[in-house]
Amino acid sequence: MPRPIDRHEVRRLVDGGAQLVDVLPANEYEEDHLPGAINMPLRRLEKEARSALDPGRPVVVYCSDSA
Amino acid sequence: MFDYEDGKLDWLAAGLPSEGTNAQRPRAGDVARKDVPTCRLDERLGDVMDRTREAGWDACVVLNEERVVFGLLRSKELEASPDLRIEEAMRPGPSTFRPFVSIEEMAAFMMEHDLESSPITTSDGRLVGLLRREDAAKAASELHEREHHSNGGRT
Repeated sequence: MPRPIDRHEVRRLVDGGAQLVDVLPANEYEEDHLPGAINMPLRRLEKEARSALDPGRPVVVYCSDSA
Repeated sequence: MFDYEDGKLDWLAAGLPSEGTNAQRPRAGDVARKDVPTCRLDERLGDVMDRTREAGWDACVVLNEERVVFGLLRSKELEASPDLRIEEAMRPGPSTFRPFVSIEEMAAFMMEHDLESSPITTSDGRLVGLLRREDAAKAASELHEREHHSNGGRT
């Protein structure tokens, strides 16, 4: 299970080399995303995560909000 | 794996940088003036008015120790009796807006509701800056001009 974190921890993890993954649809990612985030919409996540992400670095996923 | 549960809206509401097509367009947080005078609830209105006018402003934002917005003093409130305490003189709980709101949306809302200025705050209520209506209108008009030209004059 992914561990819930807040934005302060996101910044700390990213500064330490974590990978940021935006799981929103591509059009929403194109409008706005966190600096350095890659886009991997939820339905592609399971299929693409292994090839696109570095297993040696932490991964932070996010969507629009917690609702 | 970590889950940033509050997500993108929380990030943008905190006024943190973003990337993407919208990042090129000015938003409320970009245009809001960060040098707006601020004061505390227990100060005397006369002192705050002098400080505000000396800084060339006609508005002052009332904050607590954590920079959370409690109220607003516009020109009308600043002209009240100088011996009042700020908490007696201020306009409490003004409408606040998040930094990611588009400047066109802000300009239209401020015109429609005749707002002189609006505090821009993070999602937890901390002050980012004060957006003045004339600044919002100017930025929205410049954006419109720029996009009109880049579209070859088409609207």
